[in-house]
Amino acid sequence: MSRDDPSTERDVSSVSTVGNAEFTASPPNGLVTAADSATVSQSVISRWNPRELALTVLFLAPAVVGLGAFVIFPLFQAVYLATMGSDILGNPTRFVGFQHFEELFTPDFGAVLARTAGFTLMVVVAGVVLPMALAVPLSQRLPGMRVFRTLFTLPFAYSASAASVVWLLMLNPAMSPVNWLLQLVGVTAPGWTTDSGWALVTVAGVTVWMVSGFNLLVLAAGLAGLDEQVLEAARIDGASGIRHFTGIVLPMISPSLFFVIVTTTLTALQSLGQPQVMTDGGPNGATSTLVYSIFNQAFHNNNSNYGLASAQGLVLLIVGVLLAAVQFGVIERRVHYR
Amino acid sequence: MSRLNRPGKVTSTFTYVWLVVAAVVLLFPILLTVLGGFLPSIDLLRQPPNLLGHYTVDSYIGALQQTVVPLLPAFGNSLFVGLVIMLAHLVTSCLAAYALVFLRTPLRTPLFWLFMATIMVPYEAIVVPNALFIRSLGIGDSRFALVLPFLANGFGVFLLRQAFRQFPGELRDAATIDGCGHVRFLFTILLPGCRPAIAALAVWSFLQGWNMYFWPLIISSTNNSLNTLQTAVFALRSNDSADPGLLLAGITITLLPTLLLVLFGQRWLVRGFTAGAVK
Repeated sequence: MSRDDPSTERDVSSVSTVGNAEFTASPPNGLVTAADSATVSQSVISRWNPRELALTVLFLAPAVVGLGAFVIFPLFQAVYLATMGSDILGNPTRFVGFQHFEELFTPDFGAVLARTAGFTLMVVVAGVVLPMALAVPLSQRLPGMRVFRTLFTLPFAYSASAASVVWLLMLNPAMSPVNWLLQLVGVTAPGWTTDSGWALVTVAGVTVWMVSGFNLLVLAAGLAGLDEQVLEAARIDGASGIRHFTGIVLPMISPSLFFVIVTTTLTALQSLGQPQVMTDGGPNGATSTLVYSIFNQAFHNNNSNYGLASAQGLVLLIVGVLLAAVQFGVIERRVHYR
Repeated sequence: MSRLNRPGKVTSTFTYVWLVVAAVVLLFPILLTVLGGFLPSIDLLRQPPNLLGHYTVDSYIGALQQTVVPLLPAFGNSLFVGLVIMLAHLVTSCLAAYALVFLRTPLRTPLFWLFMATIMVPYEAIVVPNALFIRSLGIGDSRFALVLPFLANGFGVFLLRQAFRQFPGELRDAATIDGCGHVRFLFTILLPGCRPAIAALAVWSFLQGWNMYFWPLIISSTNNSLNTLQTAVFALRSNDSADPGLLLAGITITLLPTLLLVLFGQRWLVRGFTAGAVK
């Protein structure tokens, strides 16, 4: 049930006509002068009393101040920093114009972007397919499924650094149970984190393991909420196997699927712990993704290259917004909401 | 509870085989974490590690006694970060969401989109200006430096707004007629009525704070006493003297609250999330 009764609709539409004037005219503390309120439509005035106004300001202030100071303001600060060169201590001291942005159009940074794209793609595909391949069998009416489901969500508890260190041990040649298994079937294990051809795949694999727990949780909940009658009807109509899954089940859980794809994309794009702890961006920069590069330029080894790091941060912002726009614009259209 | 189908014998055998194989692969790292902390190097440093070896608590004693990266202060810092961020998210999100849903302000729509826009900003994109800002405030050596940028959260506002909007309007009207003011309505009727969403936000926020890595890595790089357990685990691993048992003991300590939350809090998490974000 939505709370959007007709009066709320009227309220919103009145905002859209006078909203801009209000936004700029009211003082920062939110107190509205008599002249301002005169422009506000009748329906709003009748509901406004000083007490409620004070309460509104009081209630909104903590979130607005917190997000304004540490999310909105830093965005502008990042643009400013990106145009500044720093001294040896990292203090922004001189204006360099577009120099840092020009440095983004180099083969080195192109490689960083390509790596980030490859990493994100691997994590999203495997990080959605694997939990799906577990959630579907788990949704059957069989004993023990609940226990399995709970166990499979446990990787969700691991932080980036904890998962990275544990997997470094899992892949450490001195003790690796993974290498041991491969040896049993006659395969020589690669240098998981030391071979530049494998490092990014390894780091992506660990990230898939990390996200699999939460994604399974969401997909299993989506499958559990399916309408039994629809499924039954489909079965009577002869849908079975793959066709039953892609034609009936997949569209019905598409909201959960969409949610998982969006959150996994963001998680992958923002991963720092895995490449920093497991490989420190190496070998030879093979795991230097966009976020690792930001960390590396700004904070690693006292590099203090805040200008370039800020410019790369803006690239991350644009990539994130573009991906979300594509996902919401293209994929969500095909999502079937009940 | 509706389920996909009632499988036959062949299908169910195949299901169990696949689930057991997947469980062995996916859960072995967890088994290694939990058991490895109780095993000496002789059992761990062999291929494959012997998980049924000589159990001992030496690694835990070693992990707590080593002075390279003291773990107890780091545990205190992690607890501080997790709890403060959780409480702050609850307070700031509840108040803001309440104003967006129940208080009539012409700024309602622009503010809502402002909150939504902040969800779109990856934290890593603004980490540099924030780090410089915290240093310029001169609080880089205080615990508050670990939490200050994270006291408000756009997703928290969104989650609670969705929950508040679903609160039955008749109950709100009845409360108003009875002369119940906004503050009393919020604390005595609305919040208890929206427990699933509140619980989901609390679990999510604590996990976010406790597992946060990039920010504490920056803050603790200039002051070791601000290590959280997450950065302490990294520092331990960079230290050559740490054997695998000690590392795994340290990691198990960092996992204690999160494993418990994932085991017992996942029901709330799913219910609270799917209500707002999926449906």
